Amino acid sequence: MMPARIDFRIIGDWIRPGSRVLDLGCGDGSLLAYLARSKGASGYGLEIDDTHVGECIKRGVNVIQTDLDAGLSEFDEGSFDYVVLSLTLQAVRYPDRLLREMLRVGTEGIVTFPNFGHWRTRWQLGVLGRMPVSTALPHEWYNTPNIHLCTLRDFASLCEREGIEVLESQVVDHAHRRRLALRLLPNLLGEIALYRFRRARLP
Amino acid sequence: MGLVTPARLRFPEPLPLASGGMLADYELVYETYGTLNADASNAVLVCHALSGSHHVAGYHSEDDKRPGWWEHHVGPGKSLDSRRFFIVACNNLGSCFGSTGPASINPATGRAYGPDFPMVTVADWVASQARLADRLGIRKWAAVVGGSLGGMQALQWAIDYPDRIAHAIIIAAAPKLTAQNIAFNEVARQAILTDPDFHEGRFYDHATEPRRGLRIARMLGHITYLSDDIMREKFGRDLRSGKLNFDYQVAFQIESYLRHQADSFVGRFDANTYLLMTKALDYFDPAGVAGDNLAAALAPVRADTLVLAFTSDWRFAPARSREIVKALHDNDLNVSYAEITASHGHDAFLMPIPRYVDILTAYMDRVFAGLSP
Repeated sequence: MMPARIDFRIIGDWIRPGSRVLDLGCGDGSLLAYLARSKGASGYGLEIDDTHVGECIKRGVNVIQTDLDAGLSEFDEGSFDYVVLSLTLQAVRYPDRLLREMLRVGTEGIVTFPNFGHWRTRWQLGVLGRMPVSTALPHEWYNTPNIHLCTLRDFASLCEREGIEVLESQVVDHAHRRRLALRLLPNLLGEIALYRFRRARLP
Repeated sequence: MGLVTPARLRFPEPLPLASGGMLADYELVYETYGTLNADASNAVLVCHALSGSHHVAGYHSEDDKRPGWWEHHVGPGKSLDSRRFFIVACNNLGSCFGSTGPASINPATGRAYGPDFPMVTVADWVASQARLADRLGIRKWAAVVGGSLGGMQALQWAIDYPDRIAHAIIIAAAPKLTAQNIAFNEVARQAILTDPDFHEGRFYDHATEPRRGLRIARMLGHITYLSDDIMREKFGRDLRSGKLNFDYQVAFQIESYLRHQADSFVGRFDANTYLLMTKALDYFDPAGVAGDNLAAALAPVRADTLVLAFTSDWRFAPARSREIVKALHDNDLNVSYAEITASHGHDAFLMPIPRYVDILTAYMDRVFAGLSP
């Protein structure tokens, strides 16, 4: 078996065994399958893409075909231990609303997104004057599904505004490695950011 | 599937019904495809819809013009693979294709039951199918599968016999009918009930049948089975003879289609059965006994479930399937839901739409993988 992707392993390390997980934009279901295998987690993936839905069913991952932009209203408050949004935040219509929804249906949220503050992105836009294209952001400006890109700082400030308490965060590079330099300059060197958070307790 | 022969079993023990009535003695006609394995773990029940029957796949004779109603999905190498599964399809009580129904002879009177045939519900059907399973030596179904009214039976199975069903596959169904659904059924029933040839349901004694009523009921039904898009695509405003005739004969192709559907229905379907099947649909409401809380009604369920809906189905729209999905995940049950893009309307569940076939096949692969060795 292929070693699990580092972002999967980080998420796997973050969640408690036997958790109930809702994976928003679950793709082919490989994260949920990994969490089921390694952590005894159970739950559902939400996915809009026909092909991905078929892959989930083949894999035996519970998948519900739906549009995340339609919200999570069919899920009751506190239904899950974790609600995961893996590399999807930047493609939804209302990221702020979805974050609120995540913390309504789940106790904790986990978000991963491509960091628009990465030096290569900044170089392409700031120096070359072109919309950035990279491994983490492979699309051209005219066909990208990524309509709400942000940097680590942007995300942190949104969390603050929304009363969201960040419990843990990590960045990895495009090969999904963790290195010392990344820890020192995450917003410049991190390509993928991972956050675990919950609703901040009132003081 | 090749040639198949229906089988028949008599059940002399009385069946108590949801209406409070009782069916003292009845027969069920059924077909099977494939072979039951040694530990009887590979049995799959296919439940039929309003006008369906036990004849799911294959042909009854060499000169049979049409195969069973789900031939696209059942047979060797198909989604429901008869080389892997022992597939059982039962004709429901009250039907007119062989199982005891309104046209059968009432042993108490020696005449056809007619209007005296007791009203049967989805739960009654499921109870009778459970007895059939007992007789066939099937303790637990690997899966119960159905579309439309058949999907409602699959859901009822999961509720009523949680330890006798491993998977439920619920296609193009709803947890209950809307007022609009019931309204269409009522118009269909009124067409039959007000036909002078109906004779209070005793038309058998008059050697006639309410053909006009049944024809109108069927035409109405077919309108609800198709989407506006597919009607436009298939018929549009095409004229049968290329010009307007300025009379009340068939001018448009859609009229011709509906009349053809109506003509092929009378003589093959029983008007009392139509009344009964539409009532079974109207009455289906598992949440009704649980304070209108579907999640509470599904609390006993243990089966894993696949729910499928079709984008253009307005009779049982995807949103209705989502109600079932929600009630299942509210109970933390394993459920998957796919919405198949299809222009065919409600009828899509009968079609070999590639993505539909793929998903059904993939899910049945999982069912097969889960069979005890």
